[in-house]
Amino acid sequence: MPRRFRKTPTPGKQQNDNEQRLLNMAKTIVAALVGAAVMGIGASAAQADTLSDVKAKGFVQCGVNGSNLAGFGAQDSAGNWAGLDIDLCKAVAAAIFGDATKVKYTPLSAKDRFPALQSGEIDMLARNTTWSTSRDSQLGFDFRAVTYYDGQGFMVKKELGVKSALELNGASVCVQSGTTTELNLADYFRSHNMEFKPVVFEAQDEADAAYNAGRCDAYTTDASGLYSIRLKMTNPDDHMVLPEIISKEPLGAAVRQNDSKWLDVVSWSHYALVAAEEFGITQANVEEMKKSDNPDIKRFLGEEADSTIGADLGLPSDWAVQIIKAVGNYGESFERNVGQGSPLKIDRGLNALWNKGGLQYAPPIR
Amino acid sequence: MAVADARTGSGDPPKVSLLYNPALRSYVYQAATLILIVWVIWYAWSNAAQNLARANMTTGFGFLNSRAGFDIAQSLIAYSADSTYFRALQVSLVNTLVVAACGIVTATIVGLLIGIGRLSPNWLVSRLCTVYVEIFRNIPPLLVIFFWYLGVLALLPSIRSIFQHVKDNPNAVFFISNRGIYMPAPIFGEGFGYVIAAFGVGVVAAIAYTAWANARQRATGQRPPVLNVNLALVLLLPLVVFALLGRPLSFDYPIPGSFNMRGGMVVAPEFLALYLALSLYTAAFIAEIVRAGIRGVPQGQSEASYALGLRAGLATRLVVLPQALRIIIPPLTSQYLNLIKNSSLAVAVGYADLVAVGGTILNQSGHSVEIIAIWMMVYVTISLVTSLFMNWFNAKMALVER
Repeated sequence: MPRRFRKTPTPGKQQNDNEQRLLNMAKTIVAALVGAAVMGIGASAAQADTLSDVKAKGFVQCGVNGSNLAGFGAQDSAGNWAGLDIDLCKAVAAAIFGDATKVKYTPLSAKDRFPALQSGEIDMLARNTTWSTSRDSQLGFDFRAVTYYDGQGFMVKKELGVKSALELNGASVCVQSGTTTELNLADYFRSHNMEFKPVVFEAQDEADAAYNAGRCDAYTTDASGLYSIRLKMTNPDDHMVLPEIISKEPLGAAVRQNDSKWLDVVSWSHYALVAAEEFGITQANVEEMKKSDNPDIKRFLGEEADSTIGADLGLPSDWAVQIIKAVGNYGESFERNVGQGSPLKIDRGLNALWNKGGLQYAPPIR
Repeated sequence: MAVADARTGSGDPPKVSLLYNPALRSYVYQAATLILIVWVIWYAWSNAAQNLARANMTTGFGFLNSRAGFDIAQSLIAYSADSTYFRALQVSLVNTLVVAACGIVTATIVGLLIGIGRLSPNWLVSRLCTVYVEIFRNIPPLLVIFFWYLGVLALLPSIRSIFQHVKDNPNAVFFISNRGIYMPAPIFGEGFGYVIAAFGVGVVAAIAYTAWANARQRATGQRPPVLNVNLALVLLLPLVVFALLGRPLSFDYPIPGSFNMRGGMVVAPEFLALYLALSLYTAAFIAEIVRAGIRGVPQGQSEASYALGLRAGLATRLVVLPQALRIIIPPLTSQYLNLIKNSSLAVAVGYADLVAVGGTILNQSGHSVEIIAIWMMVYVTISLVTSLFMNWFNAKMALVER
């Protein structure tokens, strides 16, 4: 290489440093100018310790269903949020702060939910969201705890006389856009060589209204959602949910990827609910159970002398007690929101505990 | 500007220090502005890319080639769930253009009629037009869309009652239901191209004949019959060819299927709601623009045309409107652009326009930044092309000074 192209030694380096400093200064100024959108992403992505942030600001920002999905995320007439997803938000807040009211809810549409989590607008997404590979990898999220094992189904008007989803050839089907539901629908009809006419809405409320008005023959979404939407129809008894479940929809909480401390807090909050049910600890008897002789229970409730489970999670030692006091155990939460204690009256089914034939299973807490 | 300044002083170099040299200063300012703009764009881009990478989100437009996996109800070009995201975007772009084009045509016609109607000496007509304008321009377009979709179209007969209707009237071919308007679809047989060619020939001949008639009127003062001859050329000629070829056209009639009507053509209520709402909403604004344009033409012009013996209709068409157009076209362009952009409200009623389908892709693929960039680019392009065309039209209509 010719000599003249060689880098000059020290003085040049000095100059480079100066340039670098100028460059940095200019960058800062321009950054201040550019502002808003891009910076929003920048600010949130720079930090990957949501737990500390949440502790610092004093509340959990929870993304929930914005279209009043009864049983999962809905507001009552007084504006209080209730539902299975809401209970997880409350459980996380109770675990961190010992106070289930330290949650702020962000109602989201199916379309807005992922950008909201990616941009850092919310800390966790508990919005009946299906855990799938692409969401776990491509979207940059982490899922672990499954709060509700669901599957996609169809609802039809009884007067159609349809008894099975396989009789829906040629039907118009109302569906919400940007959901796994929309993809499963296309796959199901193709694999059975059937045709259908999709009628796609962005907001669930509009899909409900269109189905109610007779725009579609069938409505498809997660079976749990169907039961909830059925109650909104003018005459719920005119509608029936078909027996076919055409997909696996494990609904769970999502957090941003590469933040395992926060993922731990969110998923173990759910596992605490499940473990509590398994141990037979309820909202009512939790204080009593603290005195239990069972070492598993004592450890779980933070009563074991030198247990560091809570501290290791970055939580107070009585985190599990606070969760159970706030929302009860998983079974209680289930029955209150979607089960026999609710208008939905959904059976436990797949969501029974593992030792009762279901899939809800908490890893050992030790 | 800077360059001009430099030129005027070129013969006589300025006796000022470089610091105060206007030419140099303006160059420096422009260069600094340019650098700043490029810097801002580069910084925004690289910052976004970096942060997306840090958030473990994949970036780039490569995802457009992956399989879409979802179906689109309204597609005018071939599409299935196996097509790519890119194809889905094309389908949705066509849908946006269709509803915008239909809306612009209808809004212009309705707006013109209402605008002229508001100036009518007939009390009832002018008041009705006023009521129309005041109602439609004061309601947000989204509500107008919902009004048509849930308030009108959803209340049309259900598909079950249409099935019953078909049983009672086996010869019916045209149905209006809450699933859309069903009508026979034409199937063009062999040789139908000649009919279209004959129509083209007829149109060209009609234009030529009109030019000849105009020339003759100027030369002799007598106007040959134009309307009847032109109608014969445009309609009769293709009809004769059609008959001679043995009527190469059949229809695919809609018949009751298991859940919906099968066959035929259907205009979906989603399209109708959006189309009607956009047309009627924008027509209210266009009516006001038309009225302003007409009022902008001095009263003396109409009086002069009456004095020349023109009837009211002819006076409006030949004297007032051509002058009014000069006032109308620039604000009309804004209304067209508004209509195009308002078509993105389609998402509310599930019409598969660019925003609706883009939103689905955004959600399925997670590439929000890319999709939003595509949205912005497409709308900017459509709007710029529209306004380029309207500027050309405006220049053509502008007062030619002789």
